[in-house]
Amino acid sequence: MKLTINGQVTEVDVEDDTPLLWVLREQLGLTGTKYGCGIALCGACTVHIDGVAQRSCVLPINAVNESQKITTIEGLGVQQFHPVQEAWAEIDVAQCGFCQPGMIMAVSSLLAENPDPTDEEIQSEITNICRCGTYPRVLEGVKLAAQRMASNEKAGGSNEQA
Amino acid sequence: MNKPEAQTHANGGVNLSRRGFLKGSGAAAGAFVFGFSVPFSQSALAQSDSPEVNAWVVVQPDETVLIRIARQEMGQGSLTGLAQLVAEELECDWENVDFDLVKPGQNRERDNVWGSQFTAGSTAIRGSHEYLRQGGAAARMMLTEAAARQWQVPAGECNVSEGVITHEPSGRTTTYGAVVGAASDIEPPKTESITLKDPKDWRIAGKDKARLDTLDKLDGSLVYGADYSMPGMLVAVPKACPVHGGKLKSFDAKAVKDMPGVKQVLRVDDETVAVVADTFWRAQKALKALPIEWDEGENAKVSSDSIAEKLREGLTADTSFVGNQAGDAKDALAKAERVIEADYSYPYQNHAQMETLAATVRWRKNGCEMWGPTQVPGAALAALAEAAELPQEVCEIHTMRIGGSFGRRAATDYIRQATLIARQIPDTPIKLMWTREEDMRQGRFHPVTQCRLRAAMDDEGHVQALHMRLSGQSIMAYAMPQAMGDNGDPVAYQGLEPEGDMALGYSVPNLLVDHAMHNPHIRPGFWRGVNLNQNTLYLESFIDELAHAAGQDPLAFRRKLMAKHPKHLAVLEAAAEGIGWDSKPPEGIYRGIAQVKGFGSYVAAAAEVSVTDGKVKMHRIVAATDPGHVINPQQVEAQVAGSFVYGLSPMLYSEATVKDGRIEQENFNTYKVMTLKDMPKVEVITMPSGGFWGGVGEPTIAVAAPAVLNAIFAATGKRIRNIPLKNTDLTVS
Repeated sequence: MKLTINGQVTEVDVEDDTPLLWVLREQLGLTGTKYGCGIALCGACTVHIDGVAQRSCVLPINAVNESQKITTIEGLGVQQFHPVQEAWAEIDVAQCGFCQPGMIMAVSSLLAENPDPTDEEIQSEITNICRCGTYPRVLEGVKLAAQRMASNEKAGGSNEQA
Repeated sequence: MNKPEAQTHANGGVNLSRRGFLKGSGAAAGAFVFGFSVPFSQSALAQSDSPEVNAWVVVQPDETVLIRIARQEMGQGSLTGLAQLVAEELECDWENVDFDLVKPGQNRERDNVWGSQFTAGSTAIRGSHEYLRQGGAAARMMLTEAAARQWQVPAGECNVSEGVITHEPSGRTTTYGAVVGAASDIEPPKTESITLKDPKDWRIAGKDKARLDTLDKLDGSLVYGADYSMPGMLVAVPKACPVHGGKLKSFDAKAVKDMPGVKQVLRVDDETVAVVADTFWRAQKALKALPIEWDEGENAKVSSDSIAEKLREGLTADTSFVGNQAGDAKDALAKAERVIEADYSYPYQNHAQMETLAATVRWRKNGCEMWGPTQVPGAALAALAEAAELPQEVCEIHTMRIGGSFGRRAATDYIRQATLIARQIPDTPIKLMWTREEDMRQGRFHPVTQCRLRAAMDDEGHVQALHMRLSGQSIMAYAMPQAMGDNGDPVAYQGLEPEGDMALGYSVPNLLVDHAMHNPHIRPGFWRGVNLNQNTLYLESFIDELAHAAGQDPLAFRRKLMAKHPKHLAVLEAAAEGIGWDSKPPEGIYRGIAQVKGFGSYVAAAAEVSVTDGKVKMHRIVAATDPGHVINPQQVEAQVAGSFVYGLSPMLYSEATVKDGRIEQENFNTYKVMTLKDMPKVEVITMPSGGFWGGVGEPTIAVAAPAVLNAIFAATGKRIRNIPLKNTDLTVS
């Protein structure tokens, strides 16, 4: 079957029920998308499908088709970091970093839909689990990225390749 | 808050240049990641072309300074702090610093030149600051000497700043990169001849610096143990008897051998079976379908209730394990007119680190290697060699940065498993990877304990006697039985000890802290904060009970007990002042405080909560820390603030319970942890007073729950003595 991942059409040959997560990690070597729980609870496996955050660990590959644009963390800011990645670097959000690709994918999707979220909206939308305790800087990072995107918007252009 | 101004600057410098490299390499590494195609750092020491100045420092011709890091990085940020300590004395340009991870086999081969690689107990910085600074200073002296010899001038006439060596009289200059070849031939200075800088003169250490290990965490290019891949590699997914100590009786390999990708189904040891397949997904799917028979043994009868019953017996049992004693507490309590008593408990906790256990091992008859993370490289190498039945000389562990650990990888069980599997499939790299369910069932659990506290108070609220009876599980009895002593488990009394890194901060004339040990079959381990967590919850809640019983303000009440403990008191006062203890809180807001000394540091927290219709909301927390010295303030802030997630998750939601001998929770749906919506605002006060070196990664966890529980009492009059809150009639909003 064919998938469109990070702007490229790729063919994979796996059992129909293989979750997208494991196709990315084990068939395509895109290991930035992480396994954390396997039941769509922790968010470490978050990718974008047509720009919207989805948890890939319970999404069987036969539920995805070639016309859907899948973006992984590796495809988020290819030429240049996405503003969320920029913000994350600037205030050192990551600790162990394992949950952060999923966190960044969830946040970039949120900001695409809601460029200026309130604290309450961020808290209810970003449900990814982080065990190191980066939540305070995640909150700060979302707001910093939102500011950056607002000023980028004025200048024009987008980072996402999809 | 130590939110740095300087941070933006530091990132702007370091990260921009690295980013170009990162993005360039990332594109090439995009498809299949075989071996280490990590864009920067982690290059094997042997592969570094540039000569080392000494064990800690390699300077490349382009002036890049590689600082060797021997301790493990699992998110706590000490990697950057360790590099800052070396760089401070090296006098190099921080913008040029990168890092390199040391492997335990290399360390062994060079007679432990890098010291201990053990990374637990908040020891990374406090356990190695001196020899790291000496290493940096020695390298600086050798580089300077090399330049001086080239110029044929006395080294004493040369100065160094940011990696540039200047001969003062002539004004000639050169760089570290230009003289490094000559420097490596110079005899290292004797340790006695090295004078370290006074911390007040530090320019790199003690300053906010961006982490050196951030960028590859943000674009998915960092290869964790779970991501590692090699040509020809197979993936093994294990399942051990869910009742700890039970045995693997049999399994029906035929039932799954024709499933896609399955290569082998094998017995790992007497309690574990594993499916080996070409991918994790296929291996775990076959494992789920595999018929397995267990011999669960007697432990299958154990439940949380039966454990609790045993622990209750321990509250009054005779014991000879005494952790702290002054006067005669039992006698004073027997004679006292007013005795206040309360029982508390703390349930099992799972580390639930985000990266489940994983390690890749390749066994060959003449050598065995592992690629994967550990917190204890020395012990891990020994475990690998033992399971491989090979001498350590022909074994190596390629350590990796860790996706969260919190003590879990202080155990080497997964390394043993991976090696036992690899030995059965020689020459083939085997990636062992645990499912989340296995990780939850086969944790090394924060031990289960109860505590009975009894205090005698006079009419004026002076505490005349305190007996604190700990009852429950010993980590050391399981994990390090050779360390058990006359007082039983030497780490059982953390935060309650008479002196040292875990010293009690109260003076009570008649004091007894003792421990009745009961060790259920559930395997315990070192869980971030270890026994400081429950000991502090017990004592700081009970002190609050005593203050209320005496009709006194909890801060004023503590002050009287803390006159001889000024550093304990100083952080408590700072947290209290930060929360505005002396002012009236806003309508509906209530406050609580807690303090402790742990892992060498003094910490305190003050919390503001509201409780509306039984719903608890944590509004704000102020945390104060005195770790003696601070190497990277913005990372200390991250550790202290982050500690509230590890400290408050057990208070709110998390507990591992036992039914039919096995842990009931198998994933985050039942082992619930905090998410962003639960996170209160945390303000961090860092107040290093100098003269000692304390740890930062763990101590604050211990004060998180009692500060909030004391605030909940202030709000409701309800004393929560058994966490988590989800089991009470309070809910969390």
